[in-house]
Amino acid sequence: MDKSLSGRAAIAGLGATEFSKNSGRTELRLAMEATLAALQDAGIDPSEVDGFSSYSVDKVPEYEIARLLGCNNVKFFSQIPHGGGAACAPILHAAMAVATGVAKTVVVYRAMNERSWYRFGSGDYGFANTPTFENVNYGWYMPHGFHTPAAWVGMFAQRYMHTYGATSEDFGRVAVAARDFAATNPEAFFYEKPITLEDHQNSRWVCEPLHLLDCCQESDGAVAMVITSAERAKDLKQKPVVIKAGSQGIAQGQQIMTSFYRDDITGLPEMGVVAKELYAQSGLGPDAFQTAVIYDHFTPFVLTQLEEFGFAPRGEARNYVMDGHHARGGTLPINTHGGQLGEAYIHGMNGVAEAVRQVRGSAINQVDDVENVLVTAGTGVPTSGLILSAA
Amino acid sequence: MASEWLSELKAMVGREYGRVYAWDKVNAPMVRQWCEVMGIDNPLYTDEEYAKQTEFDGIVAPPAMLQAWCLEGLHQNNYPQGSTDENPYGALKLIEEQGYPAVVAVNSELSFDRYITMGEKLYYVTKLTEVGDEKTTALGTGFFVTLVMTFFSEKTSEATGDDEKVGELLFRVFKFKPHQQPEKNSAPAEVPVIKRPKPGISDDTRFFWEGCEAKELRIQHCKTCDELQHPPAPVCMHCQSFELDYQVVSGSGELYSFVVMHYPEVPPFDYPNPIGLIQLDEGVRVPAGLVGVDNKNDLKIGQRVQVEFQTFDEELTLPMFRIIDSNAQARS
Repeated sequence: MDKSLSGRAAIAGLGATEFSKNSGRTELRLAMEATLAALQDAGIDPSEVDGFSSYSVDKVPEYEIARLLGCNNVKFFSQIPHGGGAACAPILHAAMAVATGVAKTVVVYRAMNERSWYRFGSGDYGFANTPTFENVNYGWYMPHGFHTPAAWVGMFAQRYMHTYGATSEDFGRVAVAARDFAATNPEAFFYEKPITLEDHQNSRWVCEPLHLLDCCQESDGAVAMVITSAERAKDLKQKPVVIKAGSQGIAQGQQIMTSFYRDDITGLPEMGVVAKELYAQSGLGPDAFQTAVIYDHFTPFVLTQLEEFGFAPRGEARNYVMDGHHARGGTLPINTHGGQLGEAYIHGMNGVAEAVRQVRGSAINQVDDVENVLVTAGTGVPTSGLILSAA
Repeated sequence: MASEWLSELKAMVGREYGRVYAWDKVNAPMVRQWCEVMGIDNPLYTDEEYAKQTEFDGIVAPPAMLQAWCLEGLHQNNYPQGSTDENPYGALKLIEEQGYPAVVAVNSELSFDRYITMGEKLYYVTKLTEVGDEKTTALGTGFFVTLVMTFFSEKTSEATGDDEKVGELLFRVFKFKPHQQPEKNSAPAEVPVIKRPKPGISDDTRFFWEGCEAKELRIQHCKTCDELQHPPAPVCMHCQSFELDYQVVSGSGELYSFVVMHYPEVPPFDYPNPIGLIQLDEGVRVPAGLVGVDNKNDLKIGQRVQVEFQTFDEELTLPMFRIIDSNAQARS
C-alpha cells in the first residue's frame, strides 16, 4: 500500500463570510457561518464532523464549534502555532488525519475580528515581564520601538535590496498586480480600486524601505473548509480539490519574524524546506503550476518565495516581476483574488480558498486549464505550503 | 436627506481660498526669538559671521518657521491688509451642523522647497484637498478633512516671472462625534507617563541587561567550543553545551541592515525611528536603535558603528549605536 500522503485527501467543501473592517459580530459566529457554509457546500451533515484543525491567534475553540454542530465523536483536533505561517498547515494536518483513518471528515477554519478587535500592526503586543520565552525574545526589539511586522520584514528587505540590487519599484510591481486582480474581484476590499506603480512610489512610508502599499490590509472575516478522503470526495457535490502535497517548515536560525542572526538573511530557508518537500511528495516542479497563491503580507517576501520555489534564480525575482510573469496574463499569475494586499488579510486562509476555486474552475479571475496550484503561508515565521490539484 | 449635505460637503473638495499675507518680511530678530523659544542653537540661523562662510552666504530662516511668518499674531483673525477673509474651515462648520461637535488635529506635515532668506515676503493660499468618508476611530465617528497651505515668496519689484513656491503645509483634522463616555470624576485624571517597554528578562539573558547597566556589551560565549552567540540561550546553538559565560565585546561593528520606522507613531518613541541590525566585529549581530542620525537618507549598509549606552526613564539602559563614519562601502 502506498504510504505517501499525496492524493489521499481532498477539499470537498468551502465556506466563507464576507471580509470587512468590522464584521459587527463575534468571532464564534463568523466561525459558525463559514463552517456551516463549507459543510453545506460539500453536502455533508454537521454531525458527521469528527476532526478539526485551525491555527494560532485564532481564539475560537474547536470544542465549542463541535458542541454547536452536535458532533459526538471527534477524534482529531489540532491548533497549529505561528499565525499566518500556519495558513496551509491545517489542511496538511487534516489530510494526514484522513489518510491515516483517524478521522473521516475534518473541518479546518480560521475566524477572527483581526481589524476590529486586535490590529497586529499597532505596535502594542501586551508586552509583559513574565519571563516566558516570547516575552524575553521580544525584549531584544520592543525597548527600541522596533515592534511592527513591517519593520521586521523591512530589515530583511533592506539587505535583500543591497545584495541583489532590487528596488522599491520591484516590490511595487507585486502590489500593482495584486490590486489589478482585486479590482475585478467584488469580494475584495479594493474592488474597482487598482493602483499604478506611481501610486505605490508616492504612498507614504510605513517603515523604510516599505511604503504603505507594500503592506497588506487588516481585516475581519472567516474561511472554513471540509477535508475528507479523495475517494469519498468523488461522490460529493463539488469537484474534488485533491491535496497533492503539504508541508510545514522550520530552518536554520528560525525565529518569529526576527531571524536576523542567520548567515544570510536574503532568503527564506524555511520556505525552501517546504518547497523541497512539496516537490518531493508530488513529483512536480516549478513548471507544473498554472497559478499560485504566494503569501503577501508584505511585498518583499513574495520575491523571496518565488526564488525559494525555483520560479526565478536567487536574487532575480525582480526580473521575473518586471517581465510581468506574476501579473494578469503572465505565465504564472499569482494571487488572482487580489491577495492580502487587495482582497483581505484572513491570515492566508483566503488564499487557500482562492486555490480551491482555481482548481474547481470557479474563480472570479479564473486562469485557463488549472491542474495544479501552489499555495504558501506566512513568511518570516515557521511556515507551511500546499499543492492543490484537480483529481 | 442625509446624503444631501454629504454631497454638498464632497462638492467643496478642491476649493481654493485666497491669499493670507505675512505681517513682516522674513527678519533676523524674529528668527532669533523663535530659535530661543524653541531651544535651537544652530548658528546658521543666528550668527551672521558664521553663516557668511557657509554656502548660504548669510543667515537663513529655520525651515520649520514657515507657518509662523503668516500667523495672525496676538489678536484672532487679525490678518494684514489684502488677506482673504474667506474661511477655509467652512467644511468643518458644515460637518459640525450635522452633529459632529469635536475636532482634533491629526496630521501637520511640512515640506520645504528651499531655504528662506532675510527680506523675503511670504504669503500662502489654502486648498481643501480631501474629505474622507465617515469613519469610526478610537475617539468617535466623523470625517477626516485635509487642507493644504502652499507658501509663496513674492517676487521682488526688479525680478520677473511668477512668485516662487517655497513650501507646503498639509493639515488634517478629524471632525467627529465622540463616543459616549461614562460620567467622570471631577478630579483631573493623572496623565500617565508612557515609558519605553522593558525587556522580559530570564535567567538566560540577565547578564546582558546587567551589562547594559554597567555600560558593557556582553555577548554569550561557549566555554566548550569557543563560539559566540546572540541572542543568548540556555545552551550553545553550535555544540549544545550548557557551559556558557560571556565576553565583553568592543561594541564596534558595521551596519548590516537597517529600517527607518515612521508609522504607527507609538509613544514614547521619536519618529522617524532608525533601527540598525549591527554586525559586531566579533561576528554576531545585534539589533538596536541608531543615534545621531542627522539625515536618514545618509544611512548605508556597511557604515561603521560604535555602541553607546543610553538610559531611558531613569531605569532602562539600552545599547544604541552611533554611525562613526560615512563609509558606504559594505565590506561583506
